This record gives sequence, C-alpha cells and structure tokens, in this order.
Amino acid sequence: MENTFENRFGMSESSMARLRKIRKAKDRMATASITIGGLSVVFSICLIFFYLLYEVMPLLMPASIRNEANLETTIPTETLYSVMEEQSQIGVSVNTDGSVEFYSSDTGNRLKKSRVISENITVVTSEAPSKQLFGLGTESGSVLLIKHEYRSTYDKDMQRTIHPSISYPYGEDAIELIEGGSISALAFRDGDSALSIAVLSSNNEVYLKRFEKKESFLSEGIELEEQDTIRLPTPSDKVDNILLSSDQRWLFLVEADKQVEVFDLNNSVDSMWIGVVPVVNNTVNDDIRITASGFLLGGISLLLGDNQGHISQWFMARDVNGHHSLKKIREFSLSDSPVTTVVSEHRRKGFVAGDAGGNIGLFNTTANNVALIQRVSESAIEHIVMSPRGDNIIVQSVGEPGILWNVSNEHPEVSFTSLWNEVWYENYDEPAYIWQSSSASNDFEPKFSVMPLTFGTMKAAFYAMLVAMPLAIGGAIYTAYFMAPALRTKVKPTIELMEAMPTVILGFLAGLWLAPLIEANLPGVVSLLVLTPILILLAAYLWSRLPREYRSRVPAGWEPVILMPVVIGAGALCMGSSSFLEDVFFSGDIRRWLTNDLGVDFDQRNSMVVGLAMGFAVIPTIYSITEDAIFAVPKNLTFGSLALGASPWQTLVRVILPTASPGIFSAVMIGLGRAVGETMIVLMATGNTPIMDMNIFEGLRTLSANISVEMPEAEVASSHYRILFLSGLVLFVFTFIVNTTGETVRQRLREKYGSL
Amino acid sequence: MKQSTKAWFRQGDPWIWLNAGAVTISVIMVTGLLLLIAVRGLGHFWPHAIIDGTYNPKQGEAYHLVGEMADEEWISASRLRESGVEVADDIDVLQRVLIKTGNRDISGLDFRWLIADEIENITYPEDLFTIERREWGNYYGVVKAIKENGIELNIKGELYTVLQQRLDHALELHDKIADIEGKDIGAINYGLERVRLRERALELKSGITALDQARFQEQRSEFYARYDTYKESLDVLYNEIAKDSVIVVSMDGTETEIKFSNIVNAYRPNAMNVIQKVGFYIAQFYGFLSDDPREANTEGGIFPAIFGTVLMVILMSIIVTPFGVVAAVYLREYAKQGWLTKTIRIAVNNLAGVPSIVYGVFGLGFFVYFLGGSIDELFYPESAPSPVFGTPGLLWSSITLALLTVPVVIVATEEGLSRIPKAVREGSLALGATKIETLWHVVLPMSTPAMMTGLILAIARAAGEVAPLMLVGVVKLAPTLPLDGNAPFLHLDRKFMHLGFHIYDVGFQSPNVEASRPLVYATAFLLVAVIASLNITAVVIRNRLRERYRLLET
Repeated sequence: MENTFENRFGMSESSMARLRKIRKAKDRMATASITIGGLSVVFSICLIFFYLLYEVMPLLMPASIRNEANLETTIPTETLYSVMEEQSQIGVSVNTDGSVEFYSSDTGNRLKKSRVISENITVVTSEAPSKQLFGLGTESGSVLLIKHEYRSTYDKDMQRTIHPSISYPYGEDAIELIEGGSISALAFRDGDSALSIAVLSSNNEVYLKRFEKKESFLSEGIELEEQDTIRLPTPSDKVDNILLSSDQRWLFLVEADKQVEVFDLNNSVDSMWIGVVPVVNNTVNDDIRITASGFLLGGISLLLGDNQGHISQWFMARDVNGHHSLKKIREFSLSDSPVTTVVSEHRRKGFVAGDAGGNIGLFNTTANNVALIQRVSESAIEHIVMSPRGDNIIVQSVGEPGILWNVSNEHPEVSFTSLWNEVWYENYDEPAYIWQSSSASNDFEPKFSVMPLTFGTMKAAFYAMLVAMPLAIGGAIYTAYFMAPALRTKVKPTIELMEAMPTVILGFLAGLWLAPLIEANLPGVVSLLVLTPILILLAAYLWSRLPREYRSRVPAGWEPVILMPVVIGAGALCMGSSSFLEDVFFSGDIRRWLTNDLGVDFDQRNSMVVGLAMGFAVIPTIYSITEDAIFAVPKNLTFGSLALGASPWQTLVRVILPTASPGIFSAVMIGLGRAVGETMIVLMATGNTPIMDMNIFEGLRTLSANISVEMPEAEVASSHYRILFLSGLVLFVFTFIVNTTGETVRQRLREKYGSL
Repeated sequence: MKQSTKAWFRQGDPWIWLNAGAVTISVIMVTGLLLLIAVRGLGHFWPHAIIDGTYNPKQGEAYHLVGEMADEEWISASRLRESGVEVADDIDVLQRVLIKTGNRDISGLDFRWLIADEIENITYPEDLFTIERREWGNYYGVVKAIKENGIELNIKGELYTVLQQRLDHALELHDKIADIEGKDIGAINYGLERVRLRERALELKSGITALDQARFQEQRSEFYARYDTYKESLDVLYNEIAKDSVIVVSMDGTETEIKFSNIVNAYRPNAMNVIQKVGFYIAQFYGFLSDDPREANTEGGIFPAIFGTVLMVILMSIIVTPFGVVAAVYLREYAKQGWLTKTIRIAVNNLAGVPSIVYGVFGLGFFVYFLGGSIDELFYPESAPSPVFGTPGLLWSSITLALLTVPVVIVATEEGLSRIPKAVREGSLALGATKIETLWHVVLPMSTPAMMTGLILAIARAAGEVAPLMLVGVVKLAPTLPLDGNAPFLHLDRKFMHLGFHIYDVGFQSPNVEASRPLVYATAFLLVAVIASLNITAVVIRNRLRERYRLLET
C-alpha cells in the first residue's frame, strides 16, 4: 500500500486540516463559554452583597424637595388653618369669616367655598394632624366642630375625581362655652369615651368642657352627655396657646413666650395644677421667646419653636419618685431666625418647620434627625400645608403665592442615633434601647434600636463559645496528639458528622427537650457542669494509683474509653440527685429561690439552653479545624522535644500549641462566625424577647432570628424592611470578615509548615 | 513503679485526662443525641399497651382510668405541694406518670399527669381498643356494638373480625373519595381556573369577542358536566361510608357512636403478640411515610413534606451542578492563577460560612419580589392582583438553596481537579488533544467522584436548611403537591412543605404540642437518617477517590 497521507491517517490532508480547524474552534468556544460561565457564577455570588447594599442604600439617602408647581393664587391671609387630603390634590383652609374653602393644591384655584358659621371666627385648630376634625372658636365664645370629607368617583377611563364636603359630627349649632367674649385659643380632643374642649377667654381664663360618650339605646349612634363647664385655676401669666394631650389628661398652657403651665385634668380642680416649666433658657440671653407651638403626631409630645431658630420636643415623663413633669427631650436647630410655624406629619413622628428667614426644615424626632434644611423663599414662611402621606407640602411665605413642593423623605426615622444610641421614646421615663417594630395603632412610634438584637447575638455567641471552646479545643488536642490511631479513625468522623446535623433538629431538641429538662433539674445541671471535671480528675488520679498490671491492660491513648463510665455516672448522679439538692439547698424550688433571693428572672427558654445547643452545633467546626492544625505540626518537633526529656504535656504546651496556635485561632473565628449567624437554634431555643441583660437564665433575640420572624410581615420598601436588610448585610459582612481572617491565617500556617 | 502525686501533677497528666474527658463528653453528647432521636422517633410507632386501673387521689374522687403511658418523671414533693397536691410529709420525691387518655371530645384533655402510686388495680384487658380517628385524636375504650344504618348488628363470631372487615371496607371507600376529590375534581378546578385566566388574558390583550365568550362558556359547561358526574358517584360513596358506625364505651362509662368514616385505624394492643406488634409497627411506619398529615399536622403522615423536600433538592441539584462545576473548571483550569483568582477562591470558600438567613433575605428581595414581580408583570398580567411568581415558591427556594450550596460544589470539584496528576493532563495534550478535549475526555471523567462528593454534600446541606426557606417558599400546609397530573405537571410557582420546617412548625406552632411531639421526633429521625447517610456516602466516595489517585501517582 502506498504510504500516502490518506492511507496513514484515514483521511485526506485537506479534511484533516478542516477537522483541526473545527477542533480548534470548538476549543475556543469552550474556553469562551467556560470563562463566561465561571465569571457569571462569581458575579452572581458578588450580587448578593451588592443587592443587599442596594436595598439598604435608601436609608442613607438624604431627603430632598422638588418644586412641583407654583400656585396661581395666594392662600388668603385671613386663613387660620390649612391642610391637604390623602391624594394631595385638594387643600382645605378655614378663614376668619367663617368660611371653609377647598382649593386645587397645584394651582391654588378655588373649587368650593361654603360658609359654616355666620359669625367671624377667631381661632381654628385641628384635633390631630391625622384626623379630619376642625374646631372653630368664634367671637361670641362658642365652638363649632366640623369635619372635612372626600369621596372619589371614577369615570369610564378610570380617571378619579375627588368631591370634597363638610359634615357636622356634633351638630350644626355651635357649642356655647363662654358668655360674652371671644375665644382666643382652643384645644379639643375627640376620644372613644369623651370629647373635651378647652378654651381661653379674652380675659385670660381657661374653661374646660367635657362630654361623656354613651351608646344610645334608641338609635345605634352615640349620645353626648354634657358635663358642667369647669373654670380652671387662673393661669400664672398671659396665655398664648393651649394644648390638650390626646389622652385628654394633660393641658398645657404656653405662656408669656417663655413658659408652659401644666394641668392634670384627671384631678379635681383644686389639685389640677402641676407646675410651671420655664421652657427657654434665659440665663444667658433673655430675649429667647417661644414663637410657635404645637403637638407632634400622637398628641403626646409638645413642639416649641423659639425666635433663635430652635425647635424643642417636650413630653410628660415620670421621675424617680413617680411624679410627672414636663421634660425637654431633644432640640433641633433650623436657623437663627424666629420659627414661625411647626406642622406635624400625619403618619410619622416628624414635623416641618418654617422660619422668618424663609427656611424650611424637615425633622424626625425619634431619630433625632435633621432630614433637610432649605431656603425656599426670600420672605418669612407664613403657612405650611401638609399632605397626609407626607409627600407634598404647600409653603406659603408672606406676600408670595404658595408653592407646592414634592417631598422625598423616605426613611427619616432611621439614623445612626435611632439604630445604635439610647433613644428617649414617648411614654418612656428615660432613654432606652428598644426594638419594637410594629404595632396596631397608626400613630405608633417605631422603635428601631438594633442594639438589643446585636447584644442578643453577641450574648448567644458568647455562651455558645463558652461551651464549645473548652470541649472542642480540648478534644482536638487529645485526638490529634494523644489518642491511639485506631480510636482516632472512629472518633474524628463521629464528631465531624455532627457538623451536617440540621440545626432545626438541634433547635427543636433544645426548645422541647433540653429547656424543660433544665428547668426541672436546674440544680442537677449546674452541679453537673461543676462536678464533671472534678470527677474526671479524681478518676484519673485513682487510675494512676492502680497497680501497673491493671493499668497496662489499657494501651496508651485509650483514656476516653476509661472515662466513659465516669462521665455517664456523673450525669446520672447529678440528674438523679437534682430533686434532692433542690430540696436541701433551695427549699424545694430553685426558681423561686432565684427570683426572691437573688432577684434573677428565670425563663424556660434561656441563654443557657441556647449556649448548650449552639455550643453543640459549633463544636464540630472548631474541633475539626483545630485537630487538623495540631495534627499537621511536623513530628520531628515533637520528637526533638521528647528526646530532650520533656514530658508529653510539656511538649504539647511549649512546642505544639505555639506552632498550631494560628490554626486554633482560625478555628475559633470560623466557629464564631457560625454561632453569630445561626438562626434556627436561637429561634427555637429562646423566647425571642429583645432584651438587654447578661443574665444566663433569660432569653434573647438575635439579628438572624429577628429577620426570620419579621421579614415575612415587613412591608416591602418600608424602613422596617430596609433595616432587616441592613441586619442581613451586617451579618454577611461580619461573618465574611471573620471567616476571611480565619481562612487567611490558616493558609499562612499551611505555607509555614510546608517549609519545615 | 508508681509515680508520686507531685510528679503526676508536674508532668501534666491531669491536663491530659481533662482533654481526654472533653473527647468523652463530645462523643457521649453526639451519640446520646442520635440515640435520643432514634429511640423517641422510632418508639412512637410501637403499639403501646393500654392500662386499665383506678385512679385514687388523696383529694377528690377516685375514677376509672384507661389510657397509654406516655412519659414518667421524678419530681420533688415540695414542688407538688406548692401546686396544691397533697403529699405525705415523709416523702421527698415521687414518681409522676403522663397518661394519654385520649377521648378529647369527651373529656376535653388528651393527657394527664398522675402520681404513679395513686393508680391502683392496674390490668391490661385484651378487649381495650385504640381507635385512631380523623378528628379529635385517639379514642381508648371498649367496643360494645357495631351498627349498620343505625341498627345494631347481631354479631356471630368475633366482634373484632367484623370490625376489621367493616373498617377495611370503609378505608377503601375513603380512598376512593379522596381520589375523586383530590385528582378528578382538583383537575376540574384547575381547568376552570385556566379558562378564567385565558379569558382574562384575551380581555387584556385585544378585547374579547362574543365568539370567544361562547367558546369559554362551552369549555366551562364541559367542566361543570364532568363535575356533576363525579358529584353523583361521590354522593353514592358518601352514603355508603356513612352507613356503618361503632358504639364504644369510654373509661367513665360514656357511650359514643363513632362513624367508620372517621376511623383511620382500630386495634387491640393488649391482645397483640410480638409478631403482630412488629407487623403493626411496620404498617404504622409505612403509613407515616406515605400518608398526608391530619389535624393541623399533629397526626398522620408526612408524605407531602418528604415529597416537597425531595423535589426541591432535586431541582436545586439540577441548577447547582452545572454552575458549580463550570465555575470550578474555570477557576482551576482557565483562570490565570494570580492573586485575583486566589482572592476569588477564598471568597467562594467563605461564602459557605455566610449565615443561611442572609441567603433567605437575598432570595426574598431579589428573586421573589424583584425577579418574580417582573415576571408576573411581563407574562402573567391576567392573574393580577394575585401573584404567580411574585410570591415565595418552589422555584425560588431551589434557586436560593442552589446559591447557598454552590460554594460547596465549587470547593469539592476544585479539590478533585487539583488531585489529578499533571502527567495525565500533559500526556493527553502531548497526543494532540485540545484543551477542551483533554478536559472532556480525561480530566472531567476522572474527577466525577469529586463532583459527586460535592453534590452529595450540597444535597445534605440543602435538605437540612430551614431558615432561608421560611422566607422563600415553605408553608405549614400545602393544599396541593407541586407535581401532579395537571399540565404542565411541575408547578414551580407553588409553595411546598418541607421536613425541616415541618419539625419547626409542628414542634413550636402546633396547638397540641404534647400529642404531636412523638411525630416531631419521628420526622427528626427521618431527616437525620437521610442526611447522615448522604454524608457517609460522600465520605466513602471521597476516600475511594483518594485511594485511586494514590495508585495513579505511584
């Protein structure tokens, strides 16, 4: 046969070249697709971090306002009060001539005007920003309550039209309160059981009228039962404004631009007076004057603005003796011009303030957060009209048409302070770290302190490490250095197998088996922790006293087997004698003894249970890495030391452990990372109460358990939702750093041994 | 020669013993835990004897007691005294037993703690029955008579045999009913829903014509007609199953009539011999694996949870294997081995240590709300406002867990690739094979065991993970399985049940924790057994792999 190319390779030269080309192309394609595939996996792993960051970022975004529309008309100067409806399409204002005017919020054009009372009115207040009830005080000393309402209709193309209207929930006739004299200030509250109205007469007297609410038997409605008008003790100075708290208990009189006088309406008239609180510090500069006052959402906190551009928050809190007094909580600074108006938001604990220099500021009280300060006008701010959603405001300054501003202020309640510092919340007597993210009521102050959760995480990890470190490191030292090889091949996989144990099972056992067991046998468990090491040492000592012929039957490195009966015996002894111990030392009930004699609370699902269960979960991780590190120490180091006459233990302490210490460190770091992020065990083995207390017998709540409990209920894109993402990000970054540290140390160690 | 005590201390022997003690304690904890789960979980299915006795407490009246012994404990007398129980002064501790008396419909409580010494005249009569019911839990008592259509049967021969025959018949009917209601009527409901969605889709897209409407109406009436026929046969079955009932007498002498339709199982544990007990045990265990849960998950089986776990894990494997392997091949064979690759490798390694709940948060935010929400907007506008993929479900759970376990696969595969001797690769390249050919025909086949190890470890981890699933797809009770007879058969958008979550839910959220506890132990045992065997398999494969390359290297 001819020795041609074709005969030798079974194909022609050209087809071979073609094949080679195809193969090369295939190879290139494979390279490209594997590179793309590999990089995309790496990318998607990075995506986790960036997505978490993306969800958290809005929390850090500053607030901003945007000019939405310039109104064509000016809100008339005789306007006493003005507010917008839910959709921010219609504003409503009440004027001195007794008329109510609805206007379009983006043009200012009047939509509807109706007279609700035939005399001039002197003062208008809204009950609360979130309610649609106005109180009108008249020249002749009477009060009329009106409500503004809106009804939406949709046409064929689903275009919405809003129809405003006015209703009179307590009758069209004004309630007469003072005879012969106008009302110069008014406050009222319409609660579930009573309606209270407080008015200031022109001769500086304060009157209080109450109506008890009763369910009517005849009609389904509610009947008002009128009580006698009360004249309050004469105010100590000239009253500028009166404010009534939402629980109808506290009446605050803002007086003489510098002080607040407080009355407790639950007391009888003679003991109503609580005191006069100077609210401005006039020791340095005596012309600080209060220029604006109002309530924050919820009717608990007073907001007082002064002529130096400061706004301060005050509410009633109890001191050590249980006495109520008006306390200054925090202060904000807007500018150095006098504050002209302070308007609360309708859904959040925030407010908008305007000053004589044309500045407006957006503030949040809980977070102690100045969201925005911006100069919007050349002249003094006269009115700020708030929309219920807080997304639009109309700002009217003197002599200029109003401007509709679109407000972007998504998460004012989140700041470094509100997350990490003690915050003085409303209804609390002192600043505290509280996590309480939601409540049924609308004017609830969300408490987003992540301190209790971080503390709980650390506490759980601390107790877990307390359990795991001695057992895992001690066990690893023995396994790697002293244990007989035949035993080692069985023990190591057994303990390592536990790493794969689903934590939900550990959590379930901790919560349903261990927690009741510890509760019922607390003295036994505590004595077990103390007694086991003592018994082990005792057994070891006795063993060393045994004649050699007995000892030599057990080869070296089998000590754990000898200790088996000792440990089991210790367990049986302690648990068996638990009731006895309880009877003898704690008069039969250790829980009562703890609570009464030591003042320590006891929860069934407590940190001890978590420590034991999570310690158990972490043991295999620490054990495995430590064991590897010690086992990898070159044998010639050991032999050298032993040959020089050191005992095995001395060799271990002076030679092996220093060499392996970076490995042990990385084991502890990786174990800690696992303990910090563990979810199911803490979720099931603790009561999930976010408290800050180092007590081992009380529960806790960790960041991870908090996420799993609250995430499904959190409203998407709300501050709560983003804070949960933030805690996820914190967990991610923390464990990533801890693991990387551990891993890097381990790599170094490996390189070091390579050279030995 | 004996050491002196001083020397014993100086040489550090006590410390060695303490370290040995740490090993002992760890091993005892591990094995004790496994034993605890195994004993409690497996013990549940054994037919427990029913005791018959008189409970004669120091205070209050004596009464007749019938029930199973569920637990016992020793308790200090003073604690009992505090809770108002009278105990003689010379006693310090005494034994309490937990008796499951069942009959929740009569007495209101299933379990009672009684002082062991106060139970008198204990016997184990053979005619005592345990009747497992679909509602109200177990019934313990004596069977007095069997009724058909409300007329007492005149039974010749043994009552128990007759009862078993009737019960078998009733169970058969019950299965038929469940079949029709679940499969056939389920399919009709599913079909009707599809028709509604098609109609709505058309309406949104191009407007609906009278012709279309007529067509949809026709389809609907077809379904309704089919429903009517099923309804008829159901009525017949329901009448049939409602015919028989049994009259039983409880411990306080109350007579109750229990319909056979309400009975799952009826047996006389005291009359069983060991072989029968073993047979019963196997049947109970099989039922546990294959039945649906009853009574808010506190009774019955865990089949849907097993099914959900397995299906989710399979889907996860399908996703994770190619991606994990490609990433490992890239990192080991294609990427330039510089600091960047090293950093990426450490980062991937560490991702295995990132808390699983973080993956859950990511999955909920990114997959469910962002991706799912977008998919719904684009492809399922007709279902709005109810979400299809924009809500936690099977698909998102699988993907989230795939992301969680991809580091495990990458690390294991990389290790396998790095163990392949350089000579093998070079040999292939020297013979003229391209890089991909070397990979495909030489390297990858040799590293399949490593990939298998990685995959098995990933599966073991995924099967036990619960925290992220709570955010992205599990529910306590899924009405339908995610895989059924209705096209497209696999419903990725459905929520599913999961063994791990089942443990959490039944153990902690269930109304009757005491009654459901044995089931939780059994579920836990099953989960541990599956995961332990997966891990052991992985270890065995890894060891074999190492042996193989040791041979290659020499």
